[in-house]
Amino acid sequence: MLTIKNLHASVEGNEILKGINLVVKPGEVHAIMGPNGSGKSTLANVLAGKEDYEITDGEVTYEGQDLLEMAPEDRSRAGLFLSFQYPVEIPGVPMVNFLKAAVNEHRKFKGLEPLTAGEFLKLMREKKELVQIDTQLTNRSVNEGFSGGEKKKNEIFQMAMLEPKLAILDETDSGLDIDALRIVANGVNALRSKDNATIVVTHYQRLLDYIVPDFVHVLYNGKIVKTAGKELAFELEEKGYDWIKNGDV
Amino acid sequence: MSVVQDKIAISESYKSLFEENRELLNDGSSPLLNRMRDIAISRFAKAGVPDVKNEDYKYTSLKPAFSKIYKHYFSYREQEVDLHDVFKCDVPYLDTHLVLLVNGWYYIRNQKIGNLPTGVIVGSLQQIAYEKPELLQNYLNRQAALSEDATVALNTAFAKDGLFIYIPKNVVVEKPIQVVNLMRGNGNAFVTQRNLIIAEENSQVKLVMCDHTLSSNEFLCNTVSEVFVGEHAVLDYYTVQNQHNNTKTINSTFFRQEANSNLLTHTATLHGGLVRNNLKVTFNGEHAEANILGMSFTDKNQHVDNYTIIEHAKPNCLSNQLYKNVLDENSTGAFAGRIHVARDAQKTNAFQRNNNVLLTDSARMQTKPQLIIDADDVKCSHGATIGQIDREALFFLRSRGIGEADARLMLMNAFTYEVVQNIRVEPLRDRISELVDKRLRGDLAKCHSCNYECNS
Repeated sequence: MLTIKNLHASVEGNEILKGINLVVKPGEVHAIMGPNGSGKSTLANVLAGKEDYEITDGEVTYEGQDLLEMAPEDRSRAGLFLSFQYPVEIPGVPMVNFLKAAVNEHRKFKGLEPLTAGEFLKLMREKKELVQIDTQLTNRSVNEGFSGGEKKKNEIFQMAMLEPKLAILDETDSGLDIDALRIVANGVNALRSKDNATIVVTHYQRLLDYIVPDFVHVLYNGKIVKTAGKELAFELEEKGYDWIKNGDV
Repeated sequence: MSVVQDKIAISESYKSLFEENRELLNDGSSPLLNRMRDIAISRFAKAGVPDVKNEDYKYTSLKPAFSKIYKHYFSYREQEVDLHDVFKCDVPYLDTHLVLLVNGWYYIRNQKIGNLPTGVIVGSLQQIAYEKPELLQNYLNRQAALSEDATVALNTAFAKDGLFIYIPKNVVVEKPIQVVNLMRGNGNAFVTQRNLIIAEENSQVKLVMCDHTLSSNEFLCNTVSEVFVGEHAVLDYYTVQNQHNNTKTINSTFFRQEANSNLLTHTATLHGGLVRNNLKVTFNGEHAEANILGMSFTDKNQHVDNYTIIEHAKPNCLSNQLYKNVLDENSTGAFAGRIHVARDAQKTNAFQRNNNVLLTDSARMQTKPQLIIDADDVKCSHGATIGQIDREALFFLRSRGIGEADARLMLMNAFTYEVVQNIRVEPLRDRISELVDKRLRGDLAKCHSCNYECNS
């Protein structure tokens, strides 16, 4: 589904990603862990198409297409979804209008008719239950006045509405209390299938109790320095990241 | 010719125009109007056409507009077509009392305005000033005469007609009164329009003023409106400016509010070549409130300048200003807002905000807040921003599958949403929101409501 080969990316001349290699197949869950500043969020943003980064080397293939050549909206329509670490507030854009536009763009891409108002509201009701998001929130502007937890839930709600093939969750657990974490994780798990894949970017192991990964990768200094099964997460939790920083891998 | 001579030459030419047509100006006009002319023309001649050397016109020189040759109409000119056929209001579901004016004159073939409450008068300023001077004499020119703006004096010197509205004490006009100012001619024309609106104690009225052009020639419009909001009266004043880019408009509106009155003004500039809106609110009684909103959308070489003065002459009043502008291509804009809190106007609340978005590197915006506070127990604030479309928000929307153009549109709509939301007439709010969307999509490139499409 996704193949990353020797990916190098920099911001204002500073190289952040220094040769990432990663293969993600349908049905898999990959966790990317690492200390702060290792390049986790950069990787997530580069995959979603944020323009602040310069790709200096390497290639990324998604479903047979050159991902790096695609505009962010085309990546989204092709089934890639990024759950933002810091979801942006957009006063004046009502959630409903925004979601309707997004869902219908995805439908158009698939050659489907836009949803009627009734169909759309029905879909929204179903998906809202999945992430237990307050109905009041969807009547507001995008993320405006939402708490940190509500913003994260809202990201998973959007994911549920768009049903991506490849979801990248960028520190979705940060700032979530344990109850909200469970709700978010349950939402993610409910959306899993043999045809889609998830990349979970996180600093801590806790989320991985709920979203169990098939692979855990440790990203450090712009490179994946270690890959193993889910047991690696426990090891990291126990020992911290210092043994990796010290090159003791 | 030097600049100074040039300036004198323009004001001299208007002075001679005035003298040559003195009889025509007086003909058919009420003495109320005629007796103001002499002082006004000499004030205009002394001050001259405002240019950038005048602090109040620092960002908008009117000289180029006044240097051109225009036709002046000193008497009503019949239109060869029925304007009701030519102009179709593009605001469906907006149930209003409709009034047409053409080139500053009350349209003689106006259809009868149905179902106005007893005592309400909507009509020609010229006619009513002549027939019922007692209605106007305590109001006409009582605000405009205090203005130092030369264009206001010029209007007073040449004013013959315009709109007159009178809402008696305790009367509520539920349906909005929609006033459509049409510009139509076959040569470049100078339009002088004078409006007077009186809302007596405890009355309520909503006015929608729409400015349109119906022919492609150049217009220079110099409109002065005086609005009197009585004690406990509630008045909404919506302006929708949608004129072609060969139009230059100077629109000076004065509001005087008595105690406990409530005013909302909303100025939407959708199109126009050069637009200068002068807006002044004077609080003449305590516990009055004014919400003053505005927004403009410009592209090509358009220029829009909003100039406001809020005179807090009495204590315990609230004024709240919010102006937002979206500037595209090579357009330019200005906002200058002066708040004056008089010495004894304690417990004044005066707020002002001006936010602007520049869509290109060549668009320019000037913004200038001015607070003059002579009282010591007041709450005043002002803020101004000039920025670009929020890139984080743009990326977020695109990352959800919304194309760049649509995402931008969404964000521009969101930017002005706050201003639109304050419109108190619901169908009008929806309609203006729709017009804004169309404008941002570029669908309003031709004059919207005209069948001639001369500007397309």
